[in-house]
Amino acid sequence: MSTELTIFAMAAAMLLIIGLYCVVATRNLIRAVIGVVLLTKSVTLLLIIAGNRVQQTALAQALVITVIVVEVVIITVAVGIILRLYQHHRSLDTTLLRNLKG
Amino acid sequence: MTVDILILVVLVLAALFTVMTAQVIRSVIGLAVASALVSLMLFRMHAPLAAVFELSVGAGLIPAIFLSVIGITKRLTPEALSQKKKEKLRLYWALPIIVIFVGVVLTRVELPSLPVPSVQPAVGDVKTILWNLRHLDLLGQIFILLGGAFGVVVLVKELEP
Repeated sequence: MSTELTIFAMAAAMLLIIGLYCVVATRNLIRAVIGVVLLTKSVTLLLIIAGNRVQQTALAQALVITVIVVEVVIITVAVGIILRLYQHHRSLDTTLLRNLKG
Repeated sequence: MTVDILILVVLVLAALFTVMTAQVIRSVIGLAVASALVSLMLFRMHAPLAAVFELSVGAGLIPAIFLSVIGITKRLTPEALSQKKKEKLRLYWALPIIVIFVGVVLTRVELPSLPVPSVQPAVGDVKTILWNLRHLDLLGQIFILLGGAFGVVVLVKELEP
């Protein structure tokens, strides 16, 4: 692999680790969604790197557009769920969400 | 190449700032900066349409959604904020070390050269590919958007102001 692509892949891996750490370590629901957004940024970067590597940038762009659309829908629904939870518990702290029924 | 490395370094720093800062609003600003930098990288890698999408959605729409949620939730008191800063430090002190460690390991390890697939490359520009080759993706996107819109309507329908 060329040096340039290795550096891009390295940055994508770092973004992946940062996003994953955020999702795992945080206790705030909004921050958990922010971690998911960082993960999708990493995926976007990796898709374009792969497209560049196999000389199919147009196909990679089409996939990135799909990823972005899915990302927006996920975030919007997650934010709706967060608002619902806030309405019930008056807090976004995951350690306080312990009264689930069922 | 130097500019690319500079952008990627700032991108990783922005992502670290996003995760490690104590206030959520600063976190959202960091996320918008990271999105803008990803968009810049996409543009530099000859993917202008994806870059425009990423810029408008990642640095525009998504921070706006987060800011609207933060506006609805209550502010932290100064005492709670200082306590949160201490908690952040306790939870996230290892993250920069892990990121630097991964960076050092990846520079030392020789990544395997991926084989280029021998399939016929998709010809045409991105619009042709999206409408002719990946039309099932478009159909999926429409269903996902409808599902998302329905979900949001159901979730936010009876929300108190």
